[in-house]
Amino acid sequence: MFFRRAGISFTRYQDERQLWRLPFDRWTVGIIFALLLAAPFLIDRLYVVGYLLPLVIWAMAAMGLNLLMGGAGQIHLGYGAVIGIGAYASVHAMRAGVPFEFAMLIGGFAAAMIGVVFGAAALRVKGLYLAMATLAMQYIVDFVIVQFPIISGGSQAALTVPRTTFLGFAIEGDRVPYYVALTLCAVLTLFMLNVKRTSFGRALAAVREKDYAASIIGVDPFRYKLLAFWVSSFIGGMTGAVLAVCYYRTISPDQFHLDLSIQLVAMVIVGGLGSVLGGFLGVALILFAPIVLNQLIGLAADQFGLAIPIDLRAHLPLMLYGGLIMGFLLMEPLGLAKVYGNIRNYFLVWPFRHARQ
Amino acid sequence: MDLLLLLELAVNGVFVGLMYALLAAGIVLIYKTSGTANLAQGALAMTGAYAVVVAAGPLGLPMWVAIPLALVFMFAFGVALERVALRRMIGQPVIMVIMLTIGLEIFLRGVIPGFFGAAVKRLDLGISNAPIFLGELFLNRAILIGGTISLALIGLSILFFNSRFGIIMRAVSDNQTASWSVGIRVERAIAVAWGLSACMATTSGVLWGATQGVDWSLSLLLVKALAIAILGGLDSIVGVLIAGIIVGLAESLATGILDPIVGGGTRDVVASVIILLTLLLRPHGLFGREHIERV
Repeated sequence: MFFRRAGISFTRYQDERQLWRLPFDRWTVGIIFALLLAAPFLIDRLYVVGYLLPLVIWAMAAMGLNLLMGGAGQIHLGYGAVIGIGAYASVHAMRAGVPFEFAMLIGGFAAAMIGVVFGAAALRVKGLYLAMATLAMQYIVDFVIVQFPIISGGSQAALTVPRTTFLGFAIEGDRVPYYVALTLCAVLTLFMLNVKRTSFGRALAAVREKDYAASIIGVDPFRYKLLAFWVSSFIGGMTGAVLAVCYYRTISPDQFHLDLSIQLVAMVIVGGLGSVLGGFLGVALILFAPIVLNQLIGLAADQFGLAIPIDLRAHLPLMLYGGLIMGFLLMEPLGLAKVYGNIRNYFLVWPFRHARQ
Repeated sequence: MDLLLLLELAVNGVFVGLMYALLAAGIVLIYKTSGTANLAQGALAMTGAYAVVVAAGPLGLPMWVAIPLALVFMFAFGVALERVALRRMIGQPVIMVIMLTIGLEIFLRGVIPGFFGAAVKRLDLGISNAPIFLGELFLNRAILIGGTISLALIGLSILFFNSRFGIIMRAVSDNQTASWSVGIRVERAIAVAWGLSACMATTSGVLWGATQGVDWSLSLLLVKALAIAILGGLDSIVGVLIAGIIVGLAESLATGILDPIVGGGTRDVVASVIILLTLLLRPHGLFGREHIERV
């Protein structure tokens, strides 16, 4: 409707190569970004801290995982551990006096190094075995973090993140952490959007489709899979640093358990494998659906006098995650991004359904 | 470390390992026939145990009726799962199928405790708590009986693979298209594999439920079962038996010897270390066929 075009016909190659080829897309992205920028001044701080900030941070994590799962086609069930490594490494660096900008990189490198060690072991095999190896990574990293008081921070097993600054702004209060996370998320989003257009992204796509076909055309599958692991773990580690500094402020081992990994995988699958937009949509659905559903049930219980057992309400998020994963895999394996794409493509040529898109 | 304690740990470990192996046998059964890994096996064990608890508790049936009833129910549940969810994934990449079974695991872990109560439930098989003394050894009766039953059932499934239907399943696992062309109903073989696997999971869930009570933590058995299935080689029932004993022994000895040194928690990490070592040193497992594509 708003973006009606009876088929997209470009007359110049540079038009076709643009990141957002339709003016409508460009405007949508611009408006959403402007809204996100203005959000702390428009809505209550509770919503910014409680909803928007986690959305932005988890979107970073989902994008990192999506590079591996959607981009290179490798499964990873231990991404929560990767984020944990990044968080612990950067917090320890900061406590040693390293500024946040560098601590973030240290977190990223630590996560990438450890991630690649497990990845190299796992990439000798694939499919199911890779899933098992990353699952084992999750448990082993959990164990190491909990068992070594030097890492987990002593008897109460919680590490406080020291006060720090980012590019001269002190990270405290409500707004600065949000803007720091938003800036980093915007940079990462641009990277993820562009990575598909580089030779690296195309090599990953070739490996994803068929690894020996890729090696026939001169793309070394092992090298590119490992690189995908490296980049994805690096992003995960940086996200861990941002998560610790901007959101949690105190980190403890139970924040990075298997539950987190499963939640991230659910975000990626529900959002859509290999889609940047899908990352955001998936995070929004997985984060907010349990909250909304819980409130609806609470409302229903009040309105109609239904007695909902406490066990049921406590297990609602798990049911929802599982149900969403299964539902999307069976009905729409490419996730919410594909749903959005279908709707958009329908209206693109509306009312001429059979026009070329 | 005195020898008697070690021996006690070892014997208990072997029987615990056999109980884990029963769950792993279900994973192997499904992998052998359909080539998909079932990561929902832990949740199936939990569901089966809950089914028995519900049949025995609110429905008030005696245990010898409740357990067969639960087995029948779970067989139907397994077949239905295959029909509704897994069959639609044929031809999809492996990663999708794995994700589907993970989704199922999470879903069941939410639904079952959500509707039937999350508190630990007692499942009384009539096994007394009194330990068995074997000379100086001090053995847990429930684990001893559970291990023996598991051993018998795994032996039974080895025999099953030599029966007519077992040969059909082996044919299906070798080559689905070729089996089709000689008149084997591939879908039915896979569906039955899912049903039987769900039954094995139920038995394992009941045996574990009798020792530790029934709640969601039964689904945590999945990691141990996976370690056994991978160590034994994903398509070998004999491998499951041997690997089960190895994993049980390793876990029991690690808990007994390492826990006092590092301060607890080794029990949960042993399975992961075994998975990782197997993948590093011998990815096709001890008895599996070497068919992994190397990259």
